[in-house]
Amino acid sequence: MNNIFVYLEIEDGIVADVSLELLTKGRTLADKQQCKLEAVAAGYQLDKIGEQVFPYGVDTLYLADDKRLSPYTTLPHTSILVNLFKEEKPQIALMGATSIGRDLGPRVSSALFSGLTADCTALEIGAYEDKKAGKVYDDLLYQIRPAFGGNIVATIVNPDCRPQMATVREGVMKKEIRNAKHVGKTVKLEVSKYVSDTDFVIEVIERHIEKSKVNLKAAPIIVAGGYGMGSAENFKMLYDLAGVLGGEVGASRAAVDSGMAEHERQIGQTGTTVRPKLYIACGISGQIQHIAGMQESAMIIAINNDPDAPINAIADYVITGNVEEVVPKMIKYYKKNSK
Amino acid sequence: MSFNIVVLAKQVPDTRNVGKDAMKADGTVNRAALPAIYNPEDLNALEQALRLKSKVEGAQVHVLTMGPARAAEIIRESMYRGADGGYLLSGREFAGSDTLATSYALAAAIRKIGKVDVIVCGRQAIDGDTAQVGPQVAEKLGLPQITYAEEILDLSKGKITVKRRLERGVEVVKGALPMVVTVNGSAANCRPRHAKLTLKYKNAKTVSERQASSTDYTDLYETHPYLNIAEWGASDIEHEAQWLGLSGSPTKVKQIESVVFTAKESKRLTPADGEIEELIKELIANHTIG
Repeated sequence: MNNIFVYLEIEDGIVADVSLELLTKGRTLADKQQCKLEAVAAGYQLDKIGEQVFPYGVDTLYLADDKRLSPYTTLPHTSILVNLFKEEKPQIALMGATSIGRDLGPRVSSALFSGLTADCTALEIGAYEDKKAGKVYDDLLYQIRPAFGGNIVATIVNPDCRPQMATVREGVMKKEIRNAKHVGKTVKLEVSKYVSDTDFVIEVIERHIEKSKVNLKAAPIIVAGGYGMGSAENFKMLYDLAGVLGGEVGASRAAVDSGMAEHERQIGQTGTTVRPKLYIACGISGQIQHIAGMQESAMIIAINNDPDAPINAIADYVITGNVEEVVPKMIKYYKKNSK
Repeated sequence: MSFNIVVLAKQVPDTRNVGKDAMKADGTVNRAALPAIYNPEDLNALEQALRLKSKVEGAQVHVLTMGPARAAEIIRESMYRGADGGYLLSGREFAGSDTLATSYALAAAIRKIGKVDVIVCGRQAIDGDTAQVGPQVAEKLGLPQITYAEEILDLSKGKITVKRRLERGVEVVKGALPMVVTVNGSAANCRPRHAKLTLKYKNAKTVSERQASSTDYTDLYETHPYLNIAEWGASDIEHEAQWLGLSGSPTKVKQIESVVFTAKESKRLTPADGEIEELIKELIANHTIG
């Protein structure tokens, strides 16, 4: 009882990275709270889920296996979590800030009247003093998230309601196997006890889910472009540079919004958080929400026309000049000097 | 047969263009320096509602918003673009609401509106980016939801077909009304103001706005009752006080910090060939690249 739950997101029988990242974080929190880490999966043909998640230190895995639970629809998955949480009374419940987690989380929190904090960038355990009520709470979940377009960071707590719920974006937490040989307990849920037939009101007619083509999180080198690239045509030179350096191309929100790059390349608070060895920011002014997603890069080179661009403050190298001039030179001198 | 569409909309500070004056010296946000705007995805939602209205005989679109007195601006703005009217939910009882308390109040207001066939709202608001209020309202009303909607494709025989834009793909789903639909920013932009409607509704106001004005609107509102923007307080909706405002909000803010990035000692370079080549050599030498 009062354990930590992670909702597992599954696509084609594979547990999503974000869920594994949450299990890693959940394991640390469970150790701190001296409670169990539990995971719940709803879908169809879930026999291979256990072997994917037990190495992350899952003590109990709940499986709701039913043909009608795949693909995901809101109400049946909500019913499973709501009814399971009523039985198990977890203290903390975590899910990915994905299009599934952000559809499911608020629904579950509303049904259980428990607070939910979206898009947390850090989760910690700590005390909270409610000065008005004169009460002190130990061991609450600190749900830390940026707010107000990234200009502030807020620490949110849920003093009285359980579970304390939070969603976290993919790539924000680290994924780390705890013990490759660990095998926890599996509990198969009798689905009809948790879900009613009236939950199946939404029919999925068509579904095209693509595997992500871009893997920004794993790229050691990222060449990112901003609004200052000017055009999709100019943006292409970033692919050339990333190509010769063996890196990946990223983009700021402004570049994505203006159609120069695909959404999955977006770096920052509303995109992916990255920590590459080298980050080359091209024509990026450095809005706070962008910087929040790349400031932990080991080395940052900023190429910008504006000598006072905010990104320059966090860059190791600032090249003041035209991107169109600098990028081809970088390619040229890399080719000349490598090997 | 009446067909009622309610759009949930929010007036938000424009966080997308936060300038230097938006932060006070103590590091807190100076809300007064930020313009109040119509939450962008709620405009996408309004457009889907207006398109639906044009497909269904006798359909009506009303906008419901919760906020301070000035939030009536976005109801008027909606009317300029084609909405039939709206409701402002306002009062100190609602202050300090988190997403759950907000959805409790909105759900109560929707029950008061009466028979509603479709509730449309933006996926999320730019001041919080939580995307929670839509699904939480749906749950409070016991209605199904379709989130991340990009386009309402069809409505026939009481069922709605919607294209959803997900992070890595597209889904087409179908379900029976009534329903809550939350609309993604990738959906069609909202139509602009219509000149005739702007003229027609320019005097549309809430009671508070009329009282605050030096103009006497009594006669005008006798002959043009459609100009009235309904204004409801907590006493107008059926509720239990404990679920409103701060007491109805399970989440509490423990701490707020403004974001400060530590500046690094940067090396400054020009695009001169020699300097770029030196930089590349250095990066190769320390194994950053190559």
